[in-house]
Amino acid sequence: MSLAGAGPATGEKISEPWVQLLTPAGVRVPEPHYDSWLEDIDGGRLQGLYRDMVVVRRIDVEATALQRQGELALWPPLLGQEAAQIGSGRALAPDDFVFPSYRETGVAYCRGVEYADLVKVWRGNAPSSWDPYRLNMAPMQIIIGAQALHATGYAMATKFDGAETATMTYFGDGATSQGDLNEAMVFAASFQAPVLFFCQNNQWAISEPVRVQAQRAIADRPPGFGIPSVRVDGNDVLACLAVTREALDRVRTGAGPYFIEAVTYRMGPHTTADDPTRYRDPNELEDWRTRDPIDRLAAYLKSEGLFDDGFQAQVRTAADDAAAGLRAACTGLSDPSDLELFDNVYSTPHAVLERQKQHYARYLAGFEAAEGGQR
Amino acid sequence: MAIKVFTLPDLGEGLTESDIVGWRVAEGDSVALNQVLGEVETAKAVVELPSPFAGVVRKLHGAPGTTVRVGEPIVSFEVAGEAAGDEPAAGRPAAPPAAGYVRPEREANLVGYGAAAETGERPVRRRRTFDGGGPAAGSAEPAASPAAQPVPPAPQAPPAAQAPPAPPAPAPDLGTRPRSTPPVRKLARDLGVDLAQVPGSGSNGLVTRADVEGYTAPRAPSAPPAPAGAEAVPAGRWLAGAAEREARIPIQGVRKATAAAMVASAFTAPQATVFLTVDATASMDLLEKLRADHAFAGLRLTPLVLAAKALCLALERNPALNWRWDTEHGQIVQQNYVNLGIATASERGLTVPNIKDAHTLDLRSLAAALADLVETARAARTTPQQLTGGTISITNVGVLGVDAGTPILNPGEAAILAIGAVRRLPWEYRGTVALRQVLTLGLTFDHRLVDGAQASACLADVGAILADPGMVLTMV
Repeated sequence: MSLAGAGPATGEKISEPWVQLLTPAGVRVPEPHYDSWLEDIDGGRLQGLYRDMVVVRRIDVEATALQRQGELALWPPLLGQEAAQIGSGRALAPDDFVFPSYRETGVAYCRGVEYADLVKVWRGNAPSSWDPYRLNMAPMQIIIGAQALHATGYAMATKFDGAETATMTYFGDGATSQGDLNEAMVFAASFQAPVLFFCQNNQWAISEPVRVQAQRAIADRPPGFGIPSVRVDGNDVLACLAVTREALDRVRTGAGPYFIEAVTYRMGPHTTADDPTRYRDPNELEDWRTRDPIDRLAAYLKSEGLFDDGFQAQVRTAADDAAAGLRAACTGLSDPSDLELFDNVYSTPHAVLERQKQHYARYLAGFEAAEGGQR
Repeated sequence: MAIKVFTLPDLGEGLTESDIVGWRVAEGDSVALNQVLGEVETAKAVVELPSPFAGVVRKLHGAPGTTVRVGEPIVSFEVAGEAAGDEPAAGRPAAPPAAGYVRPEREANLVGYGAAAETGERPVRRRRTFDGGGPAAGSAEPAASPAAQPVPPAPQAPPAAQAPPAPPAPAPDLGTRPRSTPPVRKLARDLGVDLAQVPGSGSNGLVTRADVEGYTAPRAPSAPPAPAGAEAVPAGRWLAGAAEREARIPIQGVRKATAAAMVASAFTAPQATVFLTVDATASMDLLEKLRADHAFAGLRLTPLVLAAKALCLALERNPALNWRWDTEHGQIVQQNYVNLGIATASERGLTVPNIKDAHTLDLRSLAAALADLVETARAARTTPQQLTGGTISITNVGVLGVDAGTPILNPGEAAILAIGAVRRLPWEYRGTVALRQVLTLGLTFDHRLVDGAQASACLADVGAILADPGMVLTMV
């Protein structure tokens, strides 16, 4: 495998080679191996990737505003990670299955999620989000790294079924310190499960910098488990797309598990309940702004003559529509009924739960009686 | 045009308030949706507040530096074309608690930094809303795929209809509330019934719905007006001379000072009380003998005198009850003297003058000092010096005709002894039941300083002396 360039210094000990096809200045770097995975990316598709990233960023900003306005209890911003999510998300085939963490708004967007499903968990309206079988994407996982086990198990099952699909799981640099991820890699390697581990190394596990928990590049670990890996510039949408396409192809065609470390940066807070200025050097954020994933693709589009006013207006409209759609869907959500709490816990009728539900209904009915028919 | 109020949302998973850092808009400014209005600082972060409305800022509800609680208004807007209504924009987290349940104060916690354990009451149950008249914007069905079908900017959907904010409820005493179930509590609250007054018929005294309804039935129609022609009969003689049904008296003077002292005592020192009932017949006999002794002539000889002396002797063996807890310096002050306070009822109210160095006084001097102190107090001539510097107190509730009490500590002191009335009661005496002169002692102590064992030992010593004054010979 050929690797081009060297990654940014994210810590004294981490400055490993990586795949980069588009420099921060927007200059396309030829790389024969990965370029072959981008042969279909013409001007229109390049513009599509740009539009995707702008719209996803706008959705993210709008959701953050909705949280500040009391419409959402919490929101985990993806600001800065658009290229890693759109590049990898657009590499997926419809029948591949995704097990995300909680920050994969961009991936969910690529899978065709509805606005209401993006926010209803964060609004407290539902314990789960979208229909996993419609999007072929599992619900958001809050527990750090747990989804890697689910993905590995699912991948093992698809292998037993003889299906030629890939299972992809997303997690962050913090998850690489969790037992779940390491256990998942052991199983994936042992059973040669068709699973692609996609680590968005956004440099910060809440307030913990990655250099504290990774003395070497994260991509150096999987080979120890027997899983090949690659390190990619996570702010380069073309590199992410190419690397993920190749990795998914390997996984689908029986080469066993694979691991991608996308080196990116969480430009916002961990969640809306976090204040990164308390633990982060502002100069670091300024350094990463110069590597912004959207700006560099804009610069490349401009150099290719694909960034005229009409296109920009079209992208702006798409982003405005997305923001308005998200806001309307969010504020239009009606409160769930109290007894919905018991729905979808088991896939089949469950006597104990049914009894609990009846008890709870009687308990609630007690309030109605006390309210003297106010309802 | 309608006024819309933006109330402070919970900006970070369990916060209760925020400080306004600064405004970036002024009253009268037109603002766009999501335009930054200003910054607030929570326990976790300084965050920008984007406007939830497009409109004109009519009122900024707090100056920079003001602390605003979650759910309180921060900005009022005039918004064009909206139906009238001033329900809070951030209604969901701002929804006031249903009357009655009081949300315990929550410590802000940072995700990833560990949460403070939630203690206390169950969480607030959100007031129900009507789901029937769903918002008109419910028709704004999200597009199947936002990438493929952008949704036209829908009219801003109003938040789901909110129940009107309930007035803040008085804080119930969460520590000792009667046992009941939430629906019954709500029923009682709605009916204005104090659950503490309702006898519970359920298991372990559980107050049931029937108990509450049964309790309210007789008084549900509030006192009907007297039938025409019927003379208003005074309910009791003590009301006969009163011009009004109730009167208001300013809280001041000794009453105010007493209240402050009792509150300070009750809410700083964890207090516990031990009791001992003793056959004090021998003490009463001793008092009879002393009254006949001309050395004690002219002195009031009461059980209080013997109890005071007994206490001084008992403190020699159990000195901790005479010590002082000094929170300010983080020290226990070992007081090797007894300034014995005597709770005294006077016209001005309760005072606790003390006898300095009571441990040095013999029984006769102590009796004289007690008589002097009580007389001075009743004449309201007690000096401030007499009222300060006490180390331990006695309250002689027996003279009021009651058997026992759980006195509250005089602030700063570690113990107070209550002496009940001496009564002739059938009591075990030499293997049979006899009429004996019996009294009950109660000793309240500051559990920070004194353990139950020490308090009990001290009280047992006092009781032993009163039961048999000759026991003093074993103690000195």
